[in-house]
Amino acid sequence: MSELIRKTAVELAQLIASGEVSSEEVTRVHLERIREVDGDVHAFLYVDDSNALEAARQVDKNIQAGNLQSPLAGVPLALKDVLTMKDVPTTCGSKILEGWKPQYDSTVVTHLRNAGVIILGKTNMDEFAMGSSTEYSAYGPTRNPWDLTRIPGGSGGGSAASLAAFEAPLAIGTDTGGSIRQPAAVTGTVGVKPTYGGVSRYGLVALASSLDQAGPCTRSVMDAALLHQLIAGYDPMDSTSINSPVPDVVAAAKNQSIKGMKIGLVKQLGGEGYQAGVRERFDEVVALLGSLGAEVIEISCPSFEYALAAYYLILPSECSSNLAKFDGMRYGLRVGDDGKHSVEEVMSLSRAAGFGPEVKRRIMLGTFALSSGYYDAYYGSAQKVRTLIAKDFTDAFSHVDVLISPTAPTTAFKIGDKVDDPLAMYLNDVATIPVNLAGNCAMSIPIGLAKEDNLPVGLQIMAPVMADDRLYFLGAVIEAALEAQWGHRFIEKVPS
Amino acid sequence: MNVMDFDDALEQFDPVMGLEVHVELSTLSKMFCGCKTDFGGHPNTHVCPVCLGLPGALPVVNEKAVESAIRIGLALNCEIASWCRFARKNYFYPDMPKNFQTSQYDEPLCFNGYLDVDVVTDDGVKTFRIEIERAHMEEDTGKATHQGGQTGRIHGADYSLLDYNRAGIPLIEIVTKPITNTGKDAPLVAKAYVSALRDLLRALDVSDVRMEQGSLRCDVNLSLRKDETSEFGTRSETKNVNSLRSIERAVRYEISRQAAMLSGGQKIIQETRHWHEDTGETTSGRSKEEAEDYRYFPEPDLVPIAPSRQWVEDLRQTLPENPALRRTRLQSEWGISDHDMNSVISAGALDLVVLTIAVGVSHTAARKWWLGELSRTANERGIELGELPITPQHLAEIEVLIAAGTLNDKLARSVIDGIINAEGSVEAIIQNRNLTLVSDDSALLKAIDEALAASPDVVEKIQQGKLQAAGAIVGAVMKATGGQADAAKVKELLFQKLGVSEA
Repeated sequence: MSELIRKTAVELAQLIASGEVSSEEVTRVHLERIREVDGDVHAFLYVDDSNALEAARQVDKNIQAGNLQSPLAGVPLALKDVLTMKDVPTTCGSKILEGWKPQYDSTVVTHLRNAGVIILGKTNMDEFAMGSSTEYSAYGPTRNPWDLTRIPGGSGGGSAASLAAFEAPLAIGTDTGGSIRQPAAVTGTVGVKPTYGGVSRYGLVALASSLDQAGPCTRSVMDAALLHQLIAGYDPMDSTSINSPVPDVVAAAKNQSIKGMKIGLVKQLGGEGYQAGVRERFDEVVALLGSLGAEVIEISCPSFEYALAAYYLILPSECSSNLAKFDGMRYGLRVGDDGKHSVEEVMSLSRAAGFGPEVKRRIMLGTFALSSGYYDAYYGSAQKVRTLIAKDFTDAFSHVDVLISPTAPTTAFKIGDKVDDPLAMYLNDVATIPVNLAGNCAMSIPIGLAKEDNLPVGLQIMAPVMADDRLYFLGAVIEAALEAQWGHRFIEKVPS
Repeated sequence: MNVMDFDDALEQFDPVMGLEVHVELSTLSKMFCGCKTDFGGHPNTHVCPVCLGLPGALPVVNEKAVESAIRIGLALNCEIASWCRFARKNYFYPDMPKNFQTSQYDEPLCFNGYLDVDVVTDDGVKTFRIEIERAHMEEDTGKATHQGGQTGRIHGADYSLLDYNRAGIPLIEIVTKPITNTGKDAPLVAKAYVSALRDLLRALDVSDVRMEQGSLRCDVNLSLRKDETSEFGTRSETKNVNSLRSIERAVRYEISRQAAMLSGGQKIIQETRHWHEDTGETTSGRSKEEAEDYRYFPEPDLVPIAPSRQWVEDLRQTLPENPALRRTRLQSEWGISDHDMNSVISAGALDLVVLTIAVGVSHTAARKWWLGELSRTANERGIELGELPITPQHLAEIEVLIAAGTLNDKLARSVIDGIINAEGSVEAIIQNRNLTLVSDDSALLKAIDEALAASPDVVEKIQQGKLQAAGAIVGAVMKATGGQADAAKVKELLFQKLGVSEA
């Protein structure tokens, strides 16, 4: 195994920029690693070998000609299969899109290409990003590199697992209710959900338009900051994109002191329902923050109690409409087109065959919630809860700079444990959902292993809208302090 | 279908109408993407990931379309929302790429307006105020052509062809409040409203308003009630009534049909009805009882529209002259009677006359041409005056030739006949139909001599000073030359020859 694959993106970028190693070489060793381990991990749905190598050679040429496209030029990346990339299969983990090749690049992919980042392939995910374990992928589950019998989180389990398995130093995920942060937590990696509107959604196949947000997945805070800066920014193709400067996350990731920083501990996100080993690690970090000079106070966000309920009305409502376009008429799977079935029947047969059970469950929930006569009680009430949650955040941020909580209530559970119990599955996102509903930003960083199972625990940092830099400001300091305690990077403990 | 005589129906019932007009805006690009809006392109060539609804694509609002919508709202005396959202109307149909239509629901951009409409009734001109409930923005669907069936509808078709060029073209839907107290004038009021609306939209320069191309489409809702004080009855919704004449006919037909049903003790069911241009009847479509629940909710992919009051006021300054005031102004400029002005309006010729005057023709001549032969031909063909293949420029060319003595009135009519029968340019028609005046004096003198020889008594009368008797000779000469003589010239030669003068 090449030593290159264990390096951070920053280290690789420096080696490539200085000409010590070519991007082609770095790309090649990662492709080899994928061939070697992905049979077990199954992080990838599609590996784009030849295009990746071709792109790497182009970056090498550019560097030789004195043109360094970005601080991450030449570094490979794994892309969640929910973002379009021209002429490369995009399935969203669903059978209904099998064989579909987008005619256009998502804005995120355009940014990556322009920055000379090498896209290795597309990563596995729960079907249309609905799930917390990647078990709802129509193409089989991804396994957690820490323990192959366990889930890597979801929906972006493929992106997170590819980092923990050293198949890629960078990945892109999308986060609708925790799909970047919860996988980061259970795989011991770093994941950031930027402020809603901070990263363009153009080309992100929508699950719930008002909640979806793409963001960086990495093995270090600085890597996340550099990737964040590459993909963020106003996009006229996305009406909900925010037209103001991106906070300087890279500068924030260089921070070394949190003296005087005010940190809120969310009362509602902890305690009962949280695994003892998760709580223990979290409490240690709280103590550490105090010793580093931060002021930690408990903050109550009473409306967070209703976040999960509101989320499971808003998300299915939007998703029932967003997924209506998958009807077999224009692209993807078509079933029953034998001249004997009507157009309605072909649509119905195609959707019945193409969607998995979790997708169908949410489409039905959403269709019901939006029905005339139920709209006010369900969708309408959920929107009010959403407003209250945003207000809780605003109130909290008038007292503190950031909020923290455990990212997920438990460490990675066994594959198959919760797949037939939707409610237990949904509870995994209880701590990550409030941020999506309010539209602000959050990060998950690894804070150690839980005692009872030796599996990674994640800590969530939450900051106000367009204050993404605060995530990095605090994240960098926690990361450095913990690494100093351990004497090594967290990810080095992953079994190889 | 059993129908009641229209007059009998109105003796027993009072009609209530609601009109929904869809207008395609003539913006250069579509509502939510940069694709062209041109009519008639090769199928599926004006499309992109956004208007094809491809996974991941997102809409962005066309600001020009919002501007047009606000101008329409202002011209219809509407209030303009200071904050409103788009909404998704969810239903499955293959001509809709996303299986939802981006529209507006409970937060329309424009609301609470009115349009005053002058209607030429049997009792003279009456003004009706049509109240506007709302004017909202939405996107058009693609176009499905159903092949192999007998009806051209999806039911019974073997397969369907889909063209998404139209998908995403900006539409404004203008909905009236219930139109009451129009009595027997209901059909005329409906037609006059759509006609006035069309004139207004044309003056605003926001749409082609070509009903035959579908850039202006009308749905007619109609119900009957016992009298003007009773509650509204159950309505029918007749879709796609796409000419002014058809609107009038569809209202008449629905009044007669519903009256027959109600007086026969039957109930009207709320349903969609299809209009048949050929038979002048409506037939039952989809019953609203099995209608879908559209599950409207605010479009999360678009930010709300919040037009600033300053922008709205700036747009108000760009509105064209109020149509009613314009009519009064033109009537006084031309110095014509109410009756003459009403003839112009009821022929739908006002804009055409104005345009014809603008290219140098007198208002008398302009009115004469448009209200005469041309009006009659349009009626015969069952089309609008403006749809005839003749333009104000044609009439200006002809007037120049008349003034130059190259054409006389009769020959000019022949040229016009040639134009509306698509025989080519004025010049070509004159040549092909051999329509030049006989200006050769010797030929005319020869014809005059022949005419005089045939009526010696006329010579005597003229020489006695009865100059009007010359008409018989002129007529004979015109006849002999096949109408291709300049009557004034003939008269001049005749008097010269007989040694009399007109003075």
